[in-house]
This record gives sequence, structure tokens and C-alpha cells, in this order.
Amino acid sequence: MLGNLSEKFENALRHLSGKSEISENNVREAMDDVRTALLEADVHYEVADSFCEQVLEQATGEKVLKAVEPGQQMIKIVNDELIRLLGGDEALAAANEQGDGYVPGQASAGSELLFVSPGPTVIMMCGLQGSGKTTTCGKLAGHFKKRGKKVMLCAADLQRPAAVTQLQVLADQVDREVEGPAGAGVSFYGEPEKCAEYGKAVGVAVEVCKNALKQAKQDGVDVLILDTAGRLHINDDLMGELRRVNAALSPHNILLVIDAMTGQDAVNSAKAFNDQLELDGVVLTKFDSDTRGGAALTVRQVTGKPIKYIGTGEHMDAIEPFHPARIAGRILGMGDIVSLVEKAQEQVSEEEAAALQEKMAQGKMTMDDFLSQLKKLRKMGSMKSILGMMPGIGKALKDLPIEEKQIDQTEAIIQSMTRAERNDVDLLDNSRRRRIAKGAGQDAKAVSQLVKGFEMVSVMGQQMSGMGMLGRMKSMAGMGSAEMAAMAQGAAQPGRLKGSSKQSQKNKRKFKQRRGKRR
Amino acid sequence: MGLFRSTVGKLVSGLRKTREGTGVAITTILSGKPLSKQLLRDLEKAMIQADIGIKTAIELRKDIEAGWERGEIDNGDQALEMLKEQLAAYFPAEDRSLRMAEPGSGPTVILVCGINGAGKTTSIAKICKSLRDEGKSVLLGACDTFRAAAVEQLEVWSGRLGVEVVKGQQGGDPAAVAFDATQAAIARKVDILILDTAGRLHTQSHLMDQLAKIRRVVQKQLPDAPHEVLLVIDATTGQNGVNQAREFAQSTDVTGIFLSKLDGSARGGIVIAIRELLNLPVKFIGVGETPDDVEPFEPGRFVEAMFEA
Repeated sequence: MLGNLSEKFENALRHLSGKSEISENNVREAMDDVRTALLEADVHYEVADSFCEQVLEQATGEKVLKAVEPGQQMIKIVNDELIRLLGGDEALAAANEQGDGYVPGQASAGSELLFVSPGPTVIMMCGLQGSGKTTTCGKLAGHFKKRGKKVMLCAADLQRPAAVTQLQVLADQVDREVEGPAGAGVSFYGEPEKCAEYGKAVGVAVEVCKNALKQAKQDGVDVLILDTAGRLHINDDLMGELRRVNAALSPHNILLVIDAMTGQDAVNSAKAFNDQLELDGVVLTKFDSDTRGGAALTVRQVTGKPIKYIGTGEHMDAIEPFHPARIAGRILGMGDIVSLVEKAQEQVSEEEAAALQEKMAQGKMTMDDFLSQLKKLRKMGSMKSILGMMPGIGKALKDLPIEEKQIDQTEAIIQSMTRAERNDVDLLDNSRRRRIAKGAGQDAKAVSQLVKGFEMVSVMGQQMSGMGMLGRMKSMAGMGSAEMAAMAQGAAQPGRLKGSSKQSQKNKRKFKQRRGKRR
Repeated sequence: MGLFRSTVGKLVSGLRKTREGTGVAITTILSGKPLSKQLLRDLEKAMIQADIGIKTAIELRKDIEAGWERGEIDNGDQALEMLKEQLAAYFPAEDRSLRMAEPGSGPTVILVCGINGAGKTTSIAKICKSLRDEGKSVLLGACDTFRAAAVEQLEVWSGRLGVEVVKGQQGGDPAAVAFDATQAAIARKVDILILDTAGRLHTQSHLMDQLAKIRRVVQKQLPDAPHEVLLVIDATTGQNGVNQAREFAQSTDVTGIFLSKLDGSARGGIVIAIRELLNLPVKFIGVGETPDDVEPFEPGRFVEAMFEA
């Protein structure tokens, strides 16, 4: 996500951060590069210009030129401006309160939506055709259901063929698949008989929405989400329909759904929707593409409204609250540890984690544990997206061919082992290795490589378990990005791990000594 | 905090200009004025705002600047004319009609692909309508087995346009649907088979592999097929459009672009960047929601529209 923009920034800022003295000319040059980076990332022309002007103004002051580490100071200014651009003064204040502002991911989560009690809280979704409104409706319904809400999805798109059916299918699917506390659920309201060809059902949506609200009140629904038809911001008739829905229902939240790959035109559509509907927030979709995501900056600037959520995949749980400081950190190539930890927490419960930690500390981690970790890791997303969140790793990772298939192969190898072998890798002599290789459809070398990798991971686990969470993070951060990348590649391709088993023996000894000392 | 407040104020006033300024046509800025550095910068800005891309925009601006220095042009109108000529030159005269199968070799297969929400299904309805109007028999293949109600969406169109659809199981293998559809097209001796595929982000390699598989399956039955692989690109797409085109071209040998949603305020300049890097022709433009809202791509008019209000 946003990887390309990060890289551009890194290039622009690298030659600054290395210099002990910075002249005004250096800064100007770097800002020219930053401006180009922003434009290539689809940030609107004027937004990019005013951003650079502001950074320049601050950066050419005495404060930076005479600072001990001017490069760092400069990066901080750029980062602060980015956070402000993405999340407003509050986000920046939050980021600064909790540290020195450019530690990634330490800002508080962006505020979620306004809820009213008694319900229903009405949310109206709007946007251009194909921006992802219907999918986002389904995702939001699941998001709220998880948090104990009773949600109703209303199909107010009577224009696009089968849009009503699509929403109904999604409502059913989310209600079935997403777990929520008792009382939470997702229902559907639609009047498919009112659908008509394009342009012939304009205005009908107003009635449908009114009826949905009536039904929602009757059913004691907490959140009513209106899925309106995609429309061009320059189509007066259809924009009029939205204004009428707005007047009739006074939704508590009006969210604009925008494709993160949108170019310069984001300015026009966001402005038009905001002018006519007074938006409350924005949802950026398709954020899992390789877009540089400049539209995020543009839309935030031109509407002044917060980005509430980002869509990160096709599955119904692929929606996240928007965190300005994290995205700014990511743009600057500083990683996003907080999102990573959150993703991990979604997959592993605290008890599970504690149990595994205990096992690791005692050196009792088995291949089964390794396999289940691997599977959980995969659920968190692609290897690249996970590693991309690690500080400093984005750049090093760029050229590494990380093949998801290799994880499949690793799984196949472990699954070809007997239970006894999985519990004790020392059993694995050459004959067993050959058998396993045959079972997994690979050569014996691959098995040996996996075993080596496993040994290294378990030794590392032992070492790390002595530290607290913070220590662990620090020890990771202490690694050079090359080491990190090597580790990353190792995870996907066990054979390329640097640590030989001799090394791991040495590590084991070191570890024992260390433990001894502590006692 | 005083510093913060003043800079924010400036940003807001800068944006006010954005808000009011975007509707102003570059023609009115340039018209009747002597050429200056400032006008050239405005020209570059107009290009960037059309999503042409900053590198191309700078190059083109420099070309015009060179022409100015050589004394070939000296006012805004001439500069704009020169720019339009250069842009139109990206799309030389070429055959932009659909590639058809050799007579007697079976149906023509058109594979339609693109990212989620690009406008594939609507674009298919448009192509289908214009082929029907030419008197061709058309069959549709609903290979989007993933998205909820995608098949139903295509079916609604097929009902309105009076063509048949071959479909499969929801969640089934799209390549299997492509196989069935191709078989059906051969057996029913239709002129044209149009395959609708699921929207996929070009970054998801397994989905791109799936698309390549659909292509292979079709090719196995009809060696020359698919005769046309159309990539649908949303005119509002920014620089990411180049990545899209590159990845899709790599996995399915795209033969042409359908530039959709050109009826909004977006200029669709991304096709110029795509043309420059991948040499892909634009074949059609989509200009509305009804099946009639399709036009063959015409470079002169496209470039003209790029700088209109």
C-alpha cells in the first residue's frame, strides 16, 4: 500500500538526511523532488504546490538550518505536514502528544462515526459509479455487527442492473459469516420491483429510503445504511435525488466513497459531492492496489472532511479505520508497526500468544506450532503487505521476489511429516527427509532448508522471549534492513536463511549463558 | 501554534483557488495572449490536471518552449494548437475497429477485463448493442463467478438487448464458464462471443493467473481466439492506470483499451501515458450509462475535449 510514494519520498529525502549542514538550496532541490513525487502519486496540482510551499517556509527558517540534525528535522516537518494534510490539526496534535510526532502509528485512531441513541443512526453512502459503494456497505455492516450493532442495508440503487440483488446477497453473507455479540445482525431492505432502466427511476430512491427508515424503526435497528446509485457529480438530476434523500431522512453520516486510484479529477467530484451534501466523511476504497494514493491527500484537503475508513480487499472484512499518522509514516517509509500488531491480534488471542511464548521460551516449539503460525500469518495478508508495514523494510523488499507459493510448499513439507516428527525435528534423519520430500513433491534439500529455518526461528524465539514486547520491537528495529529482508525471505524460502545450524548452536549457548547471568 | 495557524490559513486560501479554478478552460487562459513562461506553466498544469502525467507534461511543455525560442510560435493559441497536434500524434491513424475472426473460422471472441468498478459490464452492453445493430449475433459469457450478483447484472443487460448468456455456478471456476461459453458459441454458430470477467486488482497475481488461464482455455478451442482482449479503464484513473495496463497486458495480451466514464469531468489523459509506455490503442470511449453511449475513439476530438471547460 502506498509503497511507491514512500519510495519517492525516501529518494527525495535521503540526500538530505545524510548531510550535516543544509543550505536553502539543498532544501529547495529536495522539495522539487517531493513535489514531483506528490504529482506522480496523483496528488492534485494545487495541493502539492501549497504543501511544498509550506514545508519550504518552515524548513528554510533558522530552526532547521541550524538544527543538530537538519535532515531529521526536515523529515519531521514533512511528516507533520503530511499528518496534518491527511488528518487535520487534531491528528497532528494527537501524534505529537504521544511522542515526537513522527514515530509511526502512535497517533490515536481516527474518530469513527457519529452514532445516535435511540437509533437508527442513518448512514448515506454516495459516490461515482464503480467506486465501491455496495461492497463498502457490506463491509461496514460487518464492521458494525462485530461491534454489537443491529444493521439494516437499504438498496437505494435502482439504476444499475442487479445492484439490489448484489446488496441483498452481501447482507445475507455478512449476517451469516461475520460473528457478533447476541442481538447484533444484518438485515436487508429493498424494493426490487421499483428498479428501472437508467434515468427512468430517478427520485424513486427517496421513497424507498423513507420506507426503509420506517421499517428500521419498527425493527429496532441501530444502524441504517443507504446504498445509493453511483452517479456523476455533474449530473444534476441524480445529484438532486441525493439532495432529496438528504432532506427527507437527514442522515447522521454522509460518506463519500472514492477509489484510491483516482487521479486529478478527485478534486472535482469530491468538491461537488461536498458542496451539495455536506459530507461527514470519506471512505477510500481499493487501497490494496499499488496506487500511490495521492487522492487521499487531495480529497481531505478539498473537502476538509476526515477520511474515516479504507477498503483493503475484496473480502467482507477488508475494511480498516483510517489512521493519518500511520499512513503518513508509511508514505515516509517509516513502516506501520501498529497496524501490523493489530492485524496479528486479530488472528491470535492473548492466551494463544502467551501459551506459544511459554513454549518458545522453553525451546519446545514444534513444527505444528510453526505451521499454525504460518497459517495465521497468511490470514493477515500477503507476505509483501505484512513486511511492507515493518519500519525500514519497504525499500529493501522491493526487489525481492517473495513467492506466496513457497509458503504453500513449506506447508506441504510440514504436512508430510508424521506427528512424532513434527514434535521433534531431531528425529529427521536422511531417510525420513527423503520420504517427506517425496510426500511434499519436493527435493530433500528443501526439507533440510526448512528444518534449518525452523531451528533458527526457535532459537530466536527463545532469545526474544526473555525480553518484553518493547525489547522485542527494539531488537527487530536494531536489525539492518538487509537482515530484515533476509529474514523475510527466509520465512518464504527457508533455504536462504543465513544462520547455519552451527550458528544456532552457538546462539543456544549464548542464550544459556545469558539466562544464567540473569539468575 | 501561531505558526501552524498561519500556514493552515494559507493552505485554505490556496485551495479556494483550486475549488474555483478547476472549471476554467485552458483555452480561455491562453487565448489571445502573448506567450510567456507563465502561460507555458499554465499549459503544463492543464496537462497534469488531465492526468497525462508529470514527466510527459514537462517534456511536452519543453517542446513547446523550444518552438517558442525558435520563433515558430508566439502566442497562446498557437501554443495550444501545437500541443494538440503533439498529443494527437500519440495516436496515429490505425485500425481501431474490433479484430474479427477470419470468415469461416468460427466465432470472434472478445475478452473483457479490468479492475473492480472500471465499468466492464456496462461497456460490454455497449459493445453488444453496437454489434447487434450491425446485424451480428452475439453470445455473452458470464465469467465473473466471484462478485455477488455479477451474473444477474449481465443477465439484465442480456434481457434488454435480446442476447443469450452462458453462465456457471457462483464461486465456480471462471475458466470453466469460458470453456462452456466458447463451446456454445461454436455450436450455436454465433458471430461473436463476449466474455465478461470478474474485476480484479492488477496486483493480485493469482487473479491475474486466473485471467491467463481463461485466455488459454479459449485459445485451446479456437486457436486465433480471443481475437480481441479489451481492457476497460476508468477515465478518472490517475497514474496507476499505467500499472494496470502493464499487468493486464502481461497476463492476457491486451489488444485495446475501452476508456469508460469519459462523460464526467475527468479528461482521461492516462491513456496517453499508457500509449507512450505500452503502445496500446484506445478503441472505444464510454460516454454514458445507456447501451448507446459508446463512441469509437477519435484522437483529434479526444485531445480537443481534454482542454475544454
